[in-house]
Amino acid sequence: MAKEIVTLDKLKPGEVGIVMSFNDEENALKFMEMGCTPGQKIKMDSIAPLGDPIAVIVSGYKLSMRKTEAALINVDRIK
Amino acid sequence: MFRKIKLKIGREQAQKSLKVAVLGNPNSGKSTLFNALTGLNQQTGNYPGVTVEKHSGDALIENEKTNEKIYITYLDLPGTYSIYPKTLDEEVCFKVMCDETNEDHPDVAIIVADASNIRRSLFLATQIIDLRIPCIFVMNMMDIARVRGVQIDTEELSKFLGVPVVAANARKRHGIDNIKKLLAEGVEAPKKDFIDIKHFAPAVFIDNVQKMFPKQSPYAVFQIINNEAGIEHFEILPTQKIDIKKQIKATGFEKHPIQSQETIARYKAINEIVKETVKIDEEEKRKSLSSRIDSVLTHKFWGYLIFLGVLFVIFQSIFLIAKYPMDGIEFFFVKLSELGKDVLPKGEFADLLINGVLAGLSGVVVFVPQIALLFAFIAILEDTGYMARVSFIMDRLMRPLGLNGRSVIPLMSGMACAVPAIMGARTISNWKERITTIMVTPLMSCSARLPVYTLLISLVIPSTHNYGFFNMQGLVLMAMYLIGFLAALTAAFVMKALIKTREKTHFIMEMPLYHIPKASTILLTIYQKARIFLFDAGKVIIAISVILWVMASHAPAGKYPVIEKAYSSADSVKKYTPKQIETRMASEKLKESYAGIAGKWIEPVIKPLGFDWKIGIALITSFAAREAFVGTMATLYSADNEDNSQSIREKMAVAVNPSTGKLEYTAAVGFSLMLFYAFAMQCMSTLAVVYRETKSIKWPIIQFLYMGAMAYLASLIVYTLAK
Repeated sequence: MAKEIVTLDKLKPGEVGIVMSFNDEENALKFMEMGCTPGQKIKMDSIAPLGDPIAVIVSGYKLSMRKTEAALINVDRIK
Repeated sequence: MFRKIKLKIGREQAQKSLKVAVLGNPNSGKSTLFNALTGLNQQTGNYPGVTVEKHSGDALIENEKTNEKIYITYLDLPGTYSIYPKTLDEEVCFKVMCDETNEDHPDVAIIVADASNIRRSLFLATQIIDLRIPCIFVMNMMDIARVRGVQIDTEELSKFLGVPVVAANARKRHGIDNIKKLLAEGVEAPKKDFIDIKHFAPAVFIDNVQKMFPKQSPYAVFQIINNEAGIEHFEILPTQKIDIKKQIKATGFEKHPIQSQETIARYKAINEIVKETVKIDEEEKRKSLSSRIDSVLTHKFWGYLIFLGVLFVIFQSIFLIAKYPMDGIEFFFVKLSELGKDVLPKGEFADLLINGVLAGLSGVVVFVPQIALLFAFIAILEDTGYMARVSFIMDRLMRPLGLNGRSVIPLMSGMACAVPAIMGARTISNWKERITTIMVTPLMSCSARLPVYTLLISLVIPSTHNYGFFNMQGLVLMAMYLIGFLAALTAAFVMKALIKTREKTHFIMEMPLYHIPKASTILLTIYQKARIFLFDAGKVIIAISVILWVMASHAPAGKYPVIEKAYSSADSVKKYTPKQIETRMASEKLKESYAGIAGKWIEPVIKPLGFDWKIGIALITSFAAREAFVGTMATLYSADNEDNSQSIREKMAVAVNPSTGKLEYTAAVGFSLMLFYAFAMQCMSTLAVVYRETKSIKWPIIQFLYMGAMAYLASLIVYTLAK
């Protein structure tokens, strides 16, 4: 299967990706502490009514972040 | 730092004492466990140098085998996901845990984990294990997790981690005894590292620095080096800096890649352990209820409607329901001062006690119902997990203003009273967003401004002005509320650019599963907040109240006897009824008092706003509470009945300006005065509570000055244009 690397904010609700890498070192650590480590499955759960922030499911819980923050995570879209 | 008031727990019986830190992820039930361990034996203070609230408590436990009694000081550390500091809260944890010279550095750490969020909890736990601090790993909310299909083999987990693991449910006090027993029997330091940091960081460097800190583990040494390499501009630990700094340069040490590698390795190892010890059936299903609730509460229509409803209920409660106990408190103090007048010998001392101290005390206690109600709501919203959803749906709206979604509740509560609202800003974890909320909340029109607005509106706007459905007086009142609201938002926008912070703003936040709130948690929150307010803000309020009393009831020597003599003359006794003499004398006395002198003294400054010295006096006395304006005006114009606003209005309506010969209270003066009351920081209780919450005299002063400047300018412009 061809890899489709996008930033997390590009996923649509219900879509799942695998965390690949981060575009910002400082925030990378924060994401990883929260369980978004490379190789983890991450699912776009919902988008706030005003289009931002977003909520994702990762490591078995729901995490919310702003779109600008989600744009720092590269994921491999799988479905 | 701590207040001295403590319940007696019998420390003197203890053979030894122990410092225990309770830490864990936010929403892990950490504070519930802390409450279960300490009960009401809690103190609140601040960590040195930062505005992070410090909760500690103490208890006496007994080793059942040896009958040895141990005195324990528990420290409830702020919720954190790791010991790498990125926020002020995390900085506190980092300092306490990694610096063995820190006064709060624990002998034992209790790591609280939400059993249904095991991986993330283990991340923090394994970091603490690698610091080789003796610790107990508590799997909290274990029974809920079990119902949701999560099974955890605690014995196996304990073997993997090398530390004792306790299954618990702090809400039901399950497992608390086991924790106490472990503490009483003594907890050993972990013997092996979970992750060997020397795989990632230069081993020689770690070994070299370790020579300076022989008691610390390699991981703790790594944290110290990290810190010297400048973790996000946080203050450094008091250590041998220069030496380490030199070596950082020499070895080309780079913290970010090492931290990333360590984090990935840690999670990898954790995943292995979880595979061996945790069984999860139908992972998706257990979260389905929370998800379904979310789809309503964060819905683009229902979400906002429900939030609006919640705000409405909170606002109504602190505005209307709190009124009854507040009236009760006021009634009680009125009766108490009447009793005082009867019992105490007449004189200066009785006057000070009744009109100074007792009045101040009444002014403090009267806030308690509002504080209690607001915090009951906030505790429920936090405890259920709804607050995170409020942030989620409001973030986009509040962000341009430099505020947080959580700022909405304090801001709206500010329309009832700024005092509980500012205390409520504590729920905002980011310092900059919190200080902005604190600074702008008093611009919201609070209930104390209402009597002032009502009086002035009735004075300058004829009640007959109606535009069909709309009543002009009502429209103006609404406009005043709107002006306050817009001013608060504008001030926030300006502050966003002005306030500098070393803390990074981010919105990477857990949306916890919904919980049913626990009554004891809510009651404890109310108790703590009321206590903080009564003892910390209360003393400032009483002090200012006494000063105001001295100003309003004392005059330079010789002034009062002249007035008293004039009114006791046969002439005035014939002319006036006793009641009239009393009110006229009170009016004369206030004019001659220090407050009167101050009012005349500031007249040149407030004249451009259309205010005379009488208004000047009212501005000063309004410091006790804005509604004091009405009472002061009543006294100054010798209104017959202070409680009757009709009579004050009539007196003020016919008052003539001696220099112009025209009516004193023109529309221009009325609007100028209303705007002044809308913007000016005239409330000593608010200033006292801002001082308490920011732990700095700087913020109340800035607030006083910027709001004063706004008020002055707005009044000046309106008066100049309208006169």
